[in-house]
Amino acid sequence: MYLIVVSVNIGIFILLALSLNIITGYAGQAALGHAAFFGIGAYTSAIMTSNYGFSFWISLPVAFMVSGIVGIGLGLISIRMKDDFLAITTIGVNFVIVALFQYSSFFGASLGMTVKKPMFFGMRMNTSGYLILITIIIIITCYFIHKMNKSWFGLALSSIRNDEMVASSLGIDVNKYKILAFSLGTAIAGIAGAVYAHHMTFIYSSDFAFTVSIGILSMVVIGGIGTIRGPILGAILLGAAPELFRFFADYRMIVYGGLLVLMMRFQPQGIFGNDSFITRNFIQAYKNIFKKKVGDIIE
Amino acid sequence: MLLQQLVNGIMIGSVYALTAMGATLIYGILRILDIANAAAYAVGAYLGWYIYTLTNNLFLAFFLAMILTGLIGVLVEKYIYLPIISKPNVITIVPLITSVGLFTLTGDLLRLIAGPNVKSLGVKLRIGVLQIGNLRINPEWIFIIILTALLFSILWFILNKTKLGLAWRATASDSEIAQAMGVNINVSMALSYILGYGFAASAGIMVGLLYNSIYPTMGDIPSYKMLAIIVLGGLGNPVGTVLAGLLIGLSETLVAAYIGSIMPRDVIAFLVLIIVLLVKPSGLISKKNA
Repeated sequence: MYLIVVSVNIGIFILLALSLNIITGYAGQAALGHAAFFGIGAYTSAIMTSNYGFSFWISLPVAFMVSGIVGIGLGLISIRMKDDFLAITTIGVNFVIVALFQYSSFFGASLGMTVKKPMFFGMRMNTSGYLILITIIIIITCYFIHKMNKSWFGLALSSIRNDEMVASSLGIDVNKYKILAFSLGTAIAGIAGAVYAHHMTFIYSSDFAFTVSIGILSMVVIGGIGTIRGPILGAILLGAAPELFRFFADYRMIVYGGLLVLMMRFQPQGIFGNDSFITRNFIQAYKNIFKKKVGDIIE
Repeated sequence: MLLQQLVNGIMIGSVYALTAMGATLIYGILRILDIANAAAYAVGAYLGWYIYTLTNNLFLAFFLAMILTGLIGVLVEKYIYLPIISKPNVITIVPLITSVGLFTLTGDLLRLIAGPNVKSLGVKLRIGVLQIGNLRINPEWIFIIILTALLFSILWFILNKTKLGLAWRATASDSEIAQAMGVNINVSMALSYILGYGFAASAGIMVGLLYNSIYPTMGDIPSYKMLAIIVLGGLGNPVGTVLAGLLIGLSETLVAAYIGSIMPRDVIAFLVLIIVLLVKPSGLISKKNA
């Protein structure tokens, strides 16, 4: 039971890491306020189901839409501001949105919001139900991102990441694709938020604070930015880390901080990123085995 | 009343400017958003407290802590940041995450070494309260204002009147050309970190003195507020940082006094930041016309 709860949480973080990866990994835009959109999704669905009596299943796509629409606003900001200015502005957006949740009585203010677990064909959703739900969403997202990478949209994004000037001189509508990347990434974070709110049954403004954004970003970068496997494995590693390090709880944050520093110092492309130590050896080993098999066939 | 609020705002703003100055100096040369500067702030406060309890001499504690933290900064620069940024194709987020890791690590290290409880400096300043009409300024504030002015003058002197400062400014405007002209950019980088961490340490001790409390998480709020200030000031521009610090100090105080607590005090800095950047995306003083 406990294991399933942890797995659902890790699943939510996988979804968040994947969605941030669209903005930061593929489009190369600094986004340090991703937790705000996680929060927008969570509060949207919580308000819809608790205050207005809508079903969870309707609130899920609405959370997707609302986060995405606010994300378009962030995309518009990203056209005007570049690089580090954008990075700090996204931090600012995170703080302002969390303050809104905390101080506005519409969002439960400092009392937070309680949410009822949704019904599914007459049965109340239990924890394994959430695990199945989040797994399905993750698989759809992965499939979608995989398709996106192969498409014109994905190519346009990577050209923007590599050199914005060159991309626009080649006739790519840089602004349009940036806004699309932002709205898509934030919309997926919104879905993660909706699932989170109904899984935890209680949300509070500090669940979506700046430190959470940094945590999501660390997952993406440590796993390997700009890949699909990277954010997934990074989220599993960092999501499971607090549970694994439980036996020396007092030193947990030191180990966490130290790992971040060491990782960035020696493997800035992430553990499972392109051209990282593990990936390189894995590909080499794969090639060796493959060659052997080819040799066997020839013999 | 308004005068008192304005003076309060300017005083808080000058402490903000001092806190953010370190991060500005580091950004000016290395282009790193160094959140770990807030760790130097806490480390400096602890060192100051430790030396003060040993020697009972406030000035010695102040300057020794500044120098020691500055030296730690050089080590951090040489063994952690420099190898990271000198790798090819490093995305800008990598040094930022490094500094977040460093900040987390240091905060917890302080908790383990010095304990989680609040330490009090317990300094009694023998300067009277300054009272002009209704305006009232506490002795701690007088001390802080004098020291801040002194530190900023020293900084101005180093950057504008010495050869070292000339090299620093040359590196800040274009490190490659500066190097081609025979400037040792490694010295400029080291100077950035000595001054940067030293300034952060001085701000830490001052705030510790002001509220008479030093604790492991005292760097948390400055860590992001100083990011807002350095960006508002045009990133890497010392004059812009002072202006931005004063602007944020004033707007926080005035909003708290006249509009009330519609939002947490720390969010005002970011609201000001977003509004200013939307109008002027390169900060108050941008690099080109500095």
